[in-house]
Amino acid sequence: MAINLNNSNVAVRENRIGSITGYIGSLKDLAEKSQCGTLKGCARCFSQSSTCLSLCGLSQLAGIRDVAIIHHGPSGCSVTSSTSYYMSKVMSKKRGVTSDTVYVGTDMNEKDTIFGSTEALRKIILETYKRYKPKAIFVSSSCATGIIGEDIDSIVDDVKDEIEVPVVAVHCEGFKSKIWATGFDISDHAVMQSIVQKPRPGVKTNKINFKNFFESARPEIIEMFKQFDLDPVFLYCNSTVEELSHLSESLATTCICGTLGNYLGNALEEKYGVPYVRSINQCGIIGFETWLREIGKVTHREDKIEKYIQEQRAIYLPKIEEVKKELTGLTAVLGMGPGYTFEVSRVLNELGIKVVWALAWHYDKKYENGDVPPSMKYLLDNDIEFETSVADQQNYEVMNILNKYKPDMYLSRHPGSTVWAIKNGTPAIYVADEYMIFGYKHTLEFANAILDTVRNRSFEENLAIHTHNGGTNKRLINFLRRQNNGKDT
Amino acid sequence: MQTVQAIDRACPVLHSGPGCAQKLSDTTGSSGYLSPQIFPCTSINEKDVVFGGVKKLESTIANALKVIDADLYVVLTGCIPEIVGDDVADVVSKFSDAEKPVVFAPTAGFKGNNYKGHEQVVEAIVTQYLKKSDDKQKGLVNIWADVPYQDLFWLGNIRELENLLTEIGLTPNTIFGYQRGIENINKIPHAEFNLLVSPWVGLKNMKTMEKTLGIPYLHYPVLPVGATETGKFLREVGKFANIDEGKVEAVIKKHEDYFYYLISRYADLFLENRVINKQFSVVADAQYSLAITKFLVNDLGLTPAKQFVTDDTPKEYQEAIKAEFNNLNFGIKADVAFETDGFKIHEAIKEHDYHGYPLVLGGYYEKELTEKLKGNFLNISWPVLDKVVFDDFYVGYTGGIRLIEDIYTVAVQRFN
Repeated sequence: MAINLNNSNVAVRENRIGSITGYIGSLKDLAEKSQCGTLKGCARCFSQSSTCLSLCGLSQLAGIRDVAIIHHGPSGCSVTSSTSYYMSKVMSKKRGVTSDTVYVGTDMNEKDTIFGSTEALRKIILETYKRYKPKAIFVSSSCATGIIGEDIDSIVDDVKDEIEVPVVAVHCEGFKSKIWATGFDISDHAVMQSIVQKPRPGVKTNKINFKNFFESARPEIIEMFKQFDLDPVFLYCNSTVEELSHLSESLATTCICGTLGNYLGNALEEKYGVPYVRSINQCGIIGFETWLREIGKVTHREDKIEKYIQEQRAIYLPKIEEVKKELTGLTAVLGMGPGYTFEVSRVLNELGIKVVWALAWHYDKKYENGDVPPSMKYLLDNDIEFETSVADQQNYEVMNILNKYKPDMYLSRHPGSTVWAIKNGTPAIYVADEYMIFGYKHTLEFANAILDTVRNRSFEENLAIHTHNGGTNKRLINFLRRQNNGKDT
Repeated sequence: MQTVQAIDRACPVLHSGPGCAQKLSDTTGSSGYLSPQIFPCTSINEKDVVFGGVKKLESTIANALKVIDADLYVVLTGCIPEIVGDDVADVVSKFSDAEKPVVFAPTAGFKGNNYKGHEQVVEAIVTQYLKKSDDKQKGLVNIWADVPYQDLFWLGNIRELENLLTEIGLTPNTIFGYQRGIENINKIPHAEFNLLVSPWVGLKNMKTMEKTLGIPYLHYPVLPVGATETGKFLREVGKFANIDEGKVEAVIKKHEDYFYYLISRYADLFLENRVINKQFSVVADAQYSLAITKFLVNDLGLTPAKQFVTDDTPKEYQEAIKAEFNNLNFGIKADVAFETDGFKIHEAIKEHDYHGYPLVLGGYYEKELTEKLKGNFLNISWPVLDKVVFDDFYVGYTGGIRLIEDIYTVAVQRFN
């Protein structure tokens, strides 16, 4: 799919790459239907609250150092400024740098929804520039400004002459897509449009773009890549505008999560010929090795990488085998974004744990280049099969599945759903840190964490006994059953 | 939404975009009976924006009633339906015969911040659910104070206010927190009076209840923190409720004795440290800015530098609040600014001469600034990201002691 950087709007995932939020069946069926083009998303007659794409998009941009986010909307929309502020302070402090990124809300009121407030927005953009001297300014819309038709593109065009740093419109109307990951695409689009420059002639580099969330494994990855003579540039948390402007000069782009990095990787490849490393991700042994070898191929460093793999195998494989003995035969249900669901399923399989059901919060039929996502392809090629469904964090569906399968563990990657699992008495593992299963070392840690969790179930049992949820749990479950027995969900 | 969540077994039903609930929730004690991830939500999409979302709302309410085991359902609207003109009241009225009460509070973001949203929810319950009653219970008082979750100390504060009223012989009734739910809501019309402990939030609700339910109200505009203000508070409530003066004085004396026992034991800490100077600023909503200013001036003898009220207080209430800031011991007046622009607040703090290290009590936004000024910072107002609060409180005698503990816990981290 061609990426159009001339327009500030990004087509939503539903339309661009056929993403869906409703499906129930098996992995193979899901894959077959998406390959032959008969996959259709189901709708719901009852739904629970989920996540906002503007939250995903703007928090990514707010991770960049010394920029300004201007959220044009009512005060409730920019409530996320507090978390963004906190994140930019604690994350930069951890890395030993500073960030003066600001997140400004325009506090739109009722009058503005009737008469419009583009003039006020113009003043706010200029005032923000004057006060904070940011290195770039991202001006975002909201549901309210989107509906009343505020033309933020024109305002942004208008102020460009008066501002010496990149200013770009970011279209984040929350109702646009149920797939909050569209927000990641929106942030990538804004960065590609306004910040990334053409490669400088004659500049040679050993840099590799590494798209991740919160860079917890940054020091060890730098160390590892040093051995291959590669220098990773982590995005966007703690990135500088200067760094981003040279993304087009890197040897390759890779990412920790396909859902997160797909748009930027493909855009850099399409526009500047920077190869995008397409592989299963770094979770588990198979994932890590496949990924490293792919990097070796793309950057012509096969020998160094093969040597590293053999050294690490000798250290870690025996230890992982030890833990595996204790894990074999356990069962799991997982609920994550599609970037992780099918990756973690593979790792659990490696560790001898049987996945009985995998939920993906959404599902991308294909990636920007038209292929089926690599993690999915791996499972199919290796004949791994389990029941699967697609649900945008509909916790009532999760509860139903846990109740039916009574697995030994529930793994989730998104806030709020582990609590509901343990209230049901199911031990839950929160796979929050994107590096929790990264490479040999963290795969070993992950296996041990699972073991610790399923061994000591005190907290889960205490809570399951002592929290009274009225009939909600049971009703949630019965409701879904009725819904499924009736017509299509 | 957080106000509804604070009512035991009440369920918000959102007619909004898919992510509004998540944006408005923090991990500040919200994974209880129902959590934001469980709230029914119409998750409005592009089609609904164009064709309207009333059908979806109707099915969502109907199914919420079947699925979520709650005692009260409060339909809340986001920005979208109010702009495109969905007739939500009409949809909700179809559920007037439902087994459980369903009410509707218009809470579009562009209509105001969550202080206003809180009032809208209380208003909805009062006007759409409650009926006037002549059957009054002697001594029963409805207490209204903080905005739940917005103020992290809401749960502890309201419990402590209940305790104080119980001690002077009244029967408190509150609707927020543990084991307070629909039964307490049902008791509201039977109260002898409403007690509002807040500078302005909730005043609208008091007036409505006076008119529709015939309940008179006592508006006490200062959240009482520490001995001086809590004594005043108890005397005024006692007078309004016609309680024997001697009884009230006995309660006050008992608490003051212990309060000053503690204070005197630690007086050397206050007097003989090199870190806490006389001048301080509070950056908070009207409730906390006023309460803490009164406490630090009247109890601890500090001097107010500039104080900031950040809750977008409506103009009509500002004069009365200013008057309270000017009513301090020894004729001291506190200079107060009603300001929502964080940049201007920070500039004012930077410009002020605190005659030493500044003491700033505020939101997390003031942390880095205070550190740069080598001052002492305590995170007491939204956003509170520096502290975990389960049921801690700052109200009353004990609350005052807790606040001092917190301030000096910051102070002892350094020598000078």
